[in-house]
Amino acid sequence: MEFLFKTAYADDIRFLAKRGEKIRVGIVVIFLLAAPFFLQDYYLGELGLLLVYAIAGIGLMVLTGHTGQVSFGHASFLGIGAYTHSILLSYGVPFTVSLLLTLLVSAAIGMALGRSASKMHGFYLAIATLAFGILIETVFGEWASLTGGYMGLAVPSLKVFGFSLAEVWQQYYVDLVIALLIVWGAANLFRSPTGRSFVAVRDSELSARCLGVNVEWVKIQAFGVSAAITGLAGALLAHHLTYLAPDVFGVLESLKLLLMIVVGGLGTILGAVFGAIVISVLPVALSFLKDILPPSIGQTAGIEPLLFGLIIVLVIVFEPGGIYGRWMKIRFFFETFPYYRKSSFVRQKSYLKTERMR
Amino acid sequence: MNTPQRLAVRNLSIVFGGVHAVEDVSFDVEPGETFAIIGPNGAGKSTIFNLISRLYEPSAGTIQYGQQNLLDLPAHKVVHAGIGRTFQNIELFEQATVLHNLLVGRHAHMRRNPFSNFLFLPGVRKNEIAHREKVEDIIDLLELAPYRDERIADLSYGARKNVELARALCAEPTLLLLDEPASGLNNEETDDISFWLEDIKHDLGVTIVMVEHDMNLVGLVADRVMAINEGRLLAIGSPDEVRENPEVQRAYLGVAE
Repeated sequence: MEFLFKTAYADDIRFLAKRGEKIRVGIVVIFLLAAPFFLQDYYLGELGLLLVYAIAGIGLMVLTGHTGQVSFGHASFLGIGAYTHSILLSYGVPFTVSLLLTLLVSAAIGMALGRSASKMHGFYLAIATLAFGILIETVFGEWASLTGGYMGLAVPSLKVFGFSLAEVWQQYYVDLVIALLIVWGAANLFRSPTGRSFVAVRDSELSARCLGVNVEWVKIQAFGVSAAITGLAGALLAHHLTYLAPDVFGVLESLKLLLMIVVGGLGTILGAVFGAIVISVLPVALSFLKDILPPSIGQTAGIEPLLFGLIIVLVIVFEPGGIYGRWMKIRFFFETFPYYRKSSFVRQKSYLKTERMR
Repeated sequence: MNTPQRLAVRNLSIVFGGVHAVEDVSFDVEPGETFAIIGPNGAGKSTIFNLISRLYEPSAGTIQYGQQNLLDLPAHKVVHAGIGRTFQNIELFEQATVLHNLLVGRHAHMRRNPFSNFLFLPGVRKNEIAHREKVEDIIDLLELAPYRDERIADLSYGARKNVELARALCAEPTLLLLDEPASGLNNEETDDISFWLEDIKHDLGVTIVMVEHDMNLVGLVADRVMAINEGRLLAIGSPDEVRENPEVQRAYLGVAE
């Protein structure tokens, strides 16, 4: 067992305080940095896509996992990011400027949605965000002069500071740098007052309000931050897709994002990353399986959605904490060996919360 | 801002549909005193608290704290006027640690900017540590050190009550509204509460208004007591006076004729 002796308040602020964490994160970062040296282009491309989905997942996690505001239309921010970035690039705006503008546009639209959603709860919020998603998808389709409509829009090739980054490994490093920045930034957010106010709103709006948190404004902020991060992911996604069509950013994509954070583990940044891994690895694993399985099963249409559905059901039934929750338990098992018991993580009954002043 | 003020409630009323939950109630709470509100269930005690903390909009009446007209403030600004509170049914941030909860308690004194927070600029770090020091003072006062890194969901009921009290104190209020601080606590914990309330009053100079059913605790810590029933004021006075009041006895025990 490892004991942490804290001697300064800064110890509680520091990231990666435990030795084990340092080693694990170090290994992952080194793996990611070195990946282009030993991975084939196809797998490298998939890894880049995984990072993009991790960013999108963190975006949705900030809103749904940390602030407690469910969104069934988050793929529309992915779309807003992708379209804004592509359109700006096609007008000759430099990559970095375009990325920043995309961030701002997504944040502004997110805050506008947050403004109207800030007084909604539960089902109403779910329906409102779903409607928003459908609306935005329709706009992509109908605003043909700008978005190319249902014919689609070709994404200009990736150029940073005038250098063309056409190779897969070059694009991969762009994804990696931004993904690391977002993970770090999101983690920062949750060790500072802004993130705490998000979590406060999720757990009890009533007492958050009485402690001086402007609940409506915090929700607007959360929508803004979430949309900005997801929009950024959309901009990167555009370079992977190379061709944008409205139906890519439909309800199914929104559900995929939601599935990602639920399977990964709600309320943690690591959960979003785990979810992205599941989403990205599953299709690859399936394509392997298809070759092995007898054709009558392997070639059946719809086996992928079936498996996705099955996984989400199994996770919700057996591990509501998602993969992150399971990961915690495994870590706890080894860190406290041999003291782990079946009931180590059993929750006691939670006390009734007042429903009076919703 | 840091000196307690007089809380003046005048002709306060609120109507829910046809129910007069609070009707024409007036009282003053002097700076530095401990003021208890008692009454049978449904008398309107918590409603008065919710009116003071601006969660409800009164149908009539005024609430003045020092020079500040509280009715001018939205609910999230009340704490800036120096009024903190706890809840009857414990409203903590369940999935967060005790420390995290207490830091949210410092919220009224914190500046927030998502951008600088995202980058965790040096100023943010400095502020975090400064606020942490304030939080540690409260942790010392209420002896919460063993629980500092526990999640609320893992805490016992009694510990949660203390954390909620601590969180309210982290906002450095000059007036503290305590909604049944001793409900659900055993005798030992209730004793602790009564000592802490004395400490809070004397060391921090905080005015306390509390709703409480435990008459022993009320007799021990309260300077004055207000009894209400069905939204109407029955009596205000010292604990003994109110206990002797025939109206109050009738409200609690029924008519003895």
